[in-house]
Amino acid sequence: MKVTEKDVAYVADLGNLELTAEERIRMVRDLNSILGHIDSLNELDTTNVQPMAQISDRHGVDQSKQGSERFAYASREDIREGLRKSLPHDVALENAPDSDGTFFKVPRVIER
Amino acid sequence: MNLDLLTVDAARSAVQERKTSATALAESFYAKIESDDPKIGAFLTLSKERAMAKAAQMDALAAKGENLPPLGGVPVGIKDVMVTKGVRTTAGSKILGNYVPPYDCTAVAWLEAAGAVVLGKLNCDEFAMGSSNENSAWKLVHNPRDLTRVPGGSSGGSAAAVASDMAVAALGSDTGGSIRQPASFCGVIGMVPTYGRVSRYGLIAFASSLDHIGPLTKTVKDAAIVLRTIAGRDPMDSTSADVPVPDYVAELEKPVRGLRIGVAKEYLGEGLDKEVRSAIEAAIQKLAKQGCEIVDVSLPHTRYAIPTYYIVATAEASSNLARFDGVRYGYRAKDARTLSEMYRRSRDQGFGAEVKRRIMLGTYALSAGYYDAYYLKAQRVRTLLTRDFEEAFNKVDAIAAPVSPTAAFKLGEKVDDPLAMYLADIYTVTADLAGIPGISVPCGETKNKLPIGLQILGRHFDESTILRVAQASEKAVTSGKGECP
Repeated sequence: MKVTEKDVAYVADLGNLELTAEERIRMVRDLNSILGHIDSLNELDTTNVQPMAQISDRHGVDQSKQGSERFAYASREDIREGLRKSLPHDVALENAPDSDGTFFKVPRVIER
Repeated sequence: MNLDLLTVDAARSAVQERKTSATALAESFYAKIESDDPKIGAFLTLSKERAMAKAAQMDALAAKGENLPPLGGVPVGIKDVMVTKGVRTTAGSKILGNYVPPYDCTAVAWLEAAGAVVLGKLNCDEFAMGSSNENSAWKLVHNPRDLTRVPGGSSGGSAAAVASDMAVAALGSDTGGSIRQPASFCGVIGMVPTYGRVSRYGLIAFASSLDHIGPLTKTVKDAAIVLRTIAGRDPMDSTSADVPVPDYVAELEKPVRGLRIGVAKEYLGEGLDKEVRSAIEAAIQKLAKQGCEIVDVSLPHTRYAIPTYYIVATAEASSNLARFDGVRYGYRAKDARTLSEMYRRSRDQGFGAEVKRRIMLGTYALSAGYYDAYYLKAQRVRTLLTRDFEEAFNKVDAIAAPVSPTAAFKLGEKVDDPLAMYLADIYTVTADLAGIPGISVPCGETKNKLPIGLQILGRHFDESTILRVAQASEKAVTSGKGECP
């Protein structure tokens, strides 16, 4: 078994999930089953293969450039005026579970 | 007006020529939804006010004798992963149960600008994660062709609504096959365009490098009309491509004679149901009879597509779904004492089992010590999978393949075995990983009268060719809704 209950607890913590005891047991089983299948990727030698993040990597980019310049096709000139307006304050708060009309309200942030 | 087999052009012409009104048409669709949907489960939310306003606008145009836009008065449904201003949008999840978006998805806005009447929001797997629609937090969708079976997923509501004539056309989303597979299971047309062809702005993100919006329709021509409307560069999505959009409908007139159609042995091997195989082989023969040249090709890395997909997709999902934290919108757990507790409880109570499983798998694959072994490895294999297609398309103009190894399976059959459910995506995840377009067109039925879809895959930004091939197959094999002539 690759993934233990301890791993599941650790990863759940990273993902901001708690999971019930039952869910954790099931997750150990499911993750091991899926990762077992995923291990077949190790049959392939990919030493000299470039990783592909998305398909735009192959269309539209300037292959001779590095970093963000590779993706110049997707950028635009800075705009000083005529920018798209942000959502009005009240609209942005409309879906908030809790708000005081100005800010989103949350439980206390500092744990003691 | 008979709603069965009503196409985009027929609906628009009827309104244009004032044989009916857009208002009356929308009302008949709502009446049909009210009578038929309780046994199908395709709709989650109806947007009557919005639909009737658009219908009235189209009727006013028609009354003045003005030309209606291409979808003028045509009733459509929208998968519930696309945001709609003022109309509840849940992504099939409890965590967005009360979410009323303040803006519109670009594809929906463009469809409406072309006159479409948005009837409502369609059921789907939670955050588009699933292949049977059984992961919807709200209700099951039943396959209109056999109510004991799944409609496919994740755009199950979209496919079922079109198949049962509760919408003329629908929008779906495809990340690993979520448009093509339900289209195949329900006997309608479903198309995933090239990555970047249609803006993703307003599509609730599952896996950003794999997500696509596309049409589900009753005919290939309708798919061409809808795609022509929603395709094109949108400044709101930096990954939307600045590539000219051809008139897909006009392109359909070109003959298929002389086109080279590839057949890959990796798509017809072990695991493919016999009835599906013979339907696909027969459909390929019919393309040959119309003058297509059938050429053997190889896509040697196909067997690595599922593991690659389930790493890339879940890694991106774990990141995208981090935004659901109960702060700005969506569900918030009651009685949490601290911020951290509020995050955890809101997510624990708001997400369903499959979504949690994918967040866990993706977080694991991205976590310290595993990033290179899983995520980076999968990205490298993604390059190999894409090269397979590029090499094949040096030899052929399109590739013909099955959509799914089997026809629609029984509700409940695979819910306890996530890996089995994942493995059935084998013929569809490849196109999403490579970013190439694909279409599912009904090509026959099993003995039990379940539809079987033929998949046509094409080169990047060459939707025109696969639409032409799909239409040739449609004409040869079916009447457009899956019935054999």
